[in-house]
Amino acid sequence: MEERLRRTMMFVPGNNPAMVKDAGIYGADSIMFDLEDSVSLSQKDAARVLVYEALKSQDYGDAELVVRVNGVDTPYFKNDVFAMVKAGIDVVRLPKVESAQMMLDLVKVIEEAEAKFGVTGTKVMAAIESARGVVKALEIAESTDRMIGLALSAEDYTTDMKTHRYPDGAELEFARNMILHAARAAGIAAFDTVFTNMNDVEGFKRETEHIHELGFDGKSLVNPRQIEWVNDVYQPTKKEIENALDVEAAIEEAHRNGSGVISMNGQMVDRPVVLRAQRVLRLAKASNLITEEGEFIEE
Amino acid sequence: MEIKTTAMAGTLESSDIQITISAGQDGINIDLDSSVASLYGDQIKKVITDTLVATGITNANVKAIDKGALDCVVKARALAAAQRALETSDQPAWEVF
Repeated sequence: MEERLRRTMMFVPGNNPAMVKDAGIYGADSIMFDLEDSVSLSQKDAARVLVYEALKSQDYGDAELVVRVNGVDTPYFKNDVFAMVKAGIDVVRLPKVESAQMMLDLVKVIEEAEAKFGVTGTKVMAAIESARGVVKALEIAESTDRMIGLALSAEDYTTDMKTHRYPDGAELEFARNMILHAARAAGIAAFDTVFTNMNDVEGFKRETEHIHELGFDGKSLVNPRQIEWVNDVYQPTKKEIENALDVEAAIEEAHRNGSGVISMNGQMVDRPVVLRAQRVLRLAKASNLITEEGEFIEE
Repeated sequence: MEIKTTAMAGTLESSDIQITISAGQDGINIDLDSSVASLYGDQIKKVITDTLVATGITNANVKAIDKGALDCVVKARALAAAQRALETSDQPAWEVF
């Protein structure tokens, strides 16, 4: 899978021109245009056309472009997928996934659309929103080579579990860990659920620190204000960056010496340390803490 | 193609444009209401006309209320309204997209 930062995936209601137009200015790593729950049944066709035209004409910079289509069991599904594939979307996000077969159904329609429109490389991701989806997380994660990630969607999930959201998040622990492990086992990304109470900033930050500690790549977001808060949590410390730069220097030295063994301060540096250092440097560059050349940027 | 029903798409929210299409007899006639009509009126009408023609509509009366829509939004709303007027929303004409 392509390694890229996916700290923030911002929801954008697909039938709102102002929000669709401005979606690129907030610096989200991924922008997720929504054709599903935020669009009323009578406006599904209009949202599909609006997102299509925006994708064809607007510049969203380096953001990964994702669209949440309507479910496989809806009459909108196939046209949504066709339109988005034709527009060249990066990733199709399928809601309410409960089996690998649902992802294969999506892939089949994507293949049909790609052949029709001469497009290639459309990726997919799955939103897990039920108990069944959670226990099937690994088979869903491994269902197709096009998969880039799993996302937890807590509102439907907690309803399915006969509970609701609590401030401590205990009701989501199993689902979070299951989805995270499935994603890691499959080598794909894991996205935490949205936090909808915009008045509870401390609660949002606490939850983000928790999912960062667990190992999630990032969070789905409903408001651009939340992007900065997530990035702050994911920002590496100066000590982590210095250590990562040392690892990078050790790698370069090993290459220069033609050595297959990387050593730092007399100790061998193994692969997990290298991977972690590379991720720290990606985060540091994305956070504008260091330059592309690895120089610290002063405040 | 023949317009089967009067249809509307879009809203009166900022950055949107509300387009209503009804059957006409003498080409495409557009009644545009926009605070930027003096600057962009011709361009908005051109996008609407081009979009309708692409869908096969040659005769229509169009009422457009613009709230500062970008060209892509004008095209999207014109296309959505045209599909509704032609009753083809469920079978989009992909070549027009």
